[in-house]
Amino acid sequence: MKRPLVLLLATVAALGACGAPSAPRNTGVYLLIDTSGSYNRQVAKAEQIILFALSRLQPADSIAVARIDTGSFTEKNIIAKATFDDRPSTANQQKRAFASRVTKFAEQSTPAAFTDITGGLLQAIEFLNEKRTGRKEILVFSDMKEELAKGYVRNIPLDFRGFDVVALNVTKLRTDNFDPREYLSRLETWRVRVEKGGGHWRVINDLDRLDGLL
Amino acid sequence: MSMTTLLAFTPWPSVSAVILLVLLVAALYFARGTAHQAIHAAAGALAHGLRLASHSVAHAEQRLAARNREVLLAAGREAKERIVEREFARVGDTVRKDLAGYPDMHRRLSEAIIRIEEDQEKAVEVPPEAPGWVKAVEVIAKLDTGNAGTDILADIHKSMVKAHAEAMDDYRKASGERHALLRKMMPDWRLIQQTLAHVQKSVESVIARALTIDRHIEEYDAIVRSEDRAHSVLSSSSIVYFFVSALVLAVACAGAAINFTLIARPMAEMVGGTSFIGSWRTADIAALVIIMVEISMGLFLMESLRITRLFPVIGALSDKMRVRMMMVTFVILLLMASVEAGLAYMREVLLRDELATSSLLRGDNTGSMVNEHLWITTVAQMGMGFVLPFALVFVAIPLETFVHSLRTVMGLMAIGVLRALALILRVLGNGSRHLGALAQRIYDLPLFVPLWIETRMAAAAAAEEAASMHESVGAEPWQEAQS
Repeated sequence: MKRPLVLLLATVAALGACGAPSAPRNTGVYLLIDTSGSYNRQVAKAEQIILFALSRLQPADSIAVARIDTGSFTEKNIIAKATFDDRPSTANQQKRAFASRVTKFAEQSTPAAFTDITGGLLQAIEFLNEKRTGRKEILVFSDMKEELAKGYVRNIPLDFRGFDVVALNVTKLRTDNFDPREYLSRLETWRVRVEKGGGHWRVINDLDRLDGLL
Repeated sequence: MSMTTLLAFTPWPSVSAVILLVLLVAALYFARGTAHQAIHAAAGALAHGLRLASHSVAHAEQRLAARNREVLLAAGREAKERIVEREFARVGDTVRKDLAGYPDMHRRLSEAIIRIEEDQEKAVEVPPEAPGWVKAVEVIAKLDTGNAGTDILADIHKSMVKAHAEAMDDYRKASGERHALLRKMMPDWRLIQQTLAHVQKSVESVIARALTIDRHIEEYDAIVRSEDRAHSVLSSSSIVYFFVSALVLAVACAGAAINFTLIARPMAEMVGGTSFIGSWRTADIAALVIIMVEISMGLFLMESLRITRLFPVIGALSDKMRVRMMMVTFVILLLMASVEAGLAYMREVLLRDELATSSLLRGDNTGSMVNEHLWITTVAQMGMGFVLPFALVFVAIPLETFVHSLRTVMGLMAIGVLRALALILRVLGNGSRHLGALAQRIYDLPLFVPLWIETRMAAAAAAEEAASMHESVGAEPWQEAQS
């Protein structure tokens, strides 16, 4: 009598182990595009990055594209967002629709007066945490120089645990040319901030070598 | 206790060392006998244990060999019975077929022979009539009738020529009729010839089958008598079958892998591309399950057809039930093959869609260009999707051979391993005994001085004893003489 009972329990345990919800394997990508001042001219390059990211994403992955302007911690800044369907054919249709929305944005983008990168990062963290994706990537397409309008408080700690933050196409400003330490210290500040928040920091400036991305 | 303190019991360390060495050697010398016994006992026990283990392994190997032999002979016997049974069935079919047609054949032969006899009777040649005018001509020629005789003879000559012409006509006519009758006999001759040739062929076939059966029966007899030759033949055959079936199974696995590739991607459309069971994608597992079900259906189909005998339950079913099972499995296979063909088509559609999306995202238009010959790959994929399930049906045959020959090959391998193990244990047993003797010699090595003294003393004692013996032997006769 005992033996069948043990066998039954073992079978139930094995089935339970098989059916147990495993850790999510999908990827979430949040791409922030700096539209402030002269960097707005780089939007065409950002479009390339988005299309590249779309080509690498799989069904059930999530993506959102948002712009960085004066106040970025708002859903209104999200240009397009999608969570791809489980079925590959539907996911392909979604990708095509997403690409057309991004192209439309690239054509109509207008420069912003200020650059609220922290607000955009906060929005990205919130979005990706909500999506509960297995892998979380925040791509920041910016010169990483934050300029806040009066009244915006952004010196708050950011929780980057489980996040990969990739700064893309970090262009040098006119002042960086006079004193490169400014550029280096700017990147270092962001690296420290991200790593202090528990995240992983990377910089990719060569857009022809995006193989390591995603 | 360090070496320095050990050597400090005299003011001179070297003297201390010598004293210690002498004491150690003395201790070893006095314990020599006990130590030798201990070494001998330990080595002996180890050797005995290893020898026992070797005997045990050798015994197990013999039992396994005997068991393998039994199994192999039983399998060979069964296989031979199947072959003989099949040969008898073929002979039975041939005989049944020929005997079923025998009354008809006999009737046709009889009719042909009767027709030939009738025609032959009709074709008998009528002898020509004997000439009746010769004597009359001689008589008239001898008569002296003047010119009248000449006229008569001329008339007779005319009549004879006329009669000859008529006779020749009759003769030609009769000959023509006979020839016609003989020509009519030709088809009957041919019919007889053909019928007899057919009979000869059937008889030869039966004789050939009988010879084959004889050969198989001889082999079966050898197997039943458990002859060594039969065993070695079966054993080598099993190894050959094992490798051949393994090769065919490897090919079948490659076919299954291609089949899997064909249906795994479109399965993601059905069960989702991102769900996992353990570390496996559900879509991949679903594709694998489909292929496994197809192979299972193939196995059942082959069992129902009695081509393989992996499941005795199916083989023991009634013919009616087997036919039903055959039809059910075939229908399921057909459905699955159709599903696979559909999935293969879907795969092509998905690939094109993905290609178009990728090219759109890359910003080039080459992906959207339509190749007019792409239908060939689509049709080829669909064809493969439909055919491969049926091709996988035949996996059952090499699988059965593999399973049966695996038992023999594994048995042979196990025998080899056990034999090697027994040999190693025996070598280790003998080695341990020699190691014991070597350990005794090594023990004696630092005791060479006391041993040398002991040997010398023993020799001196022996010499003294011999001398006293000699003296006592020399004095005895004198004492005897005195007494």
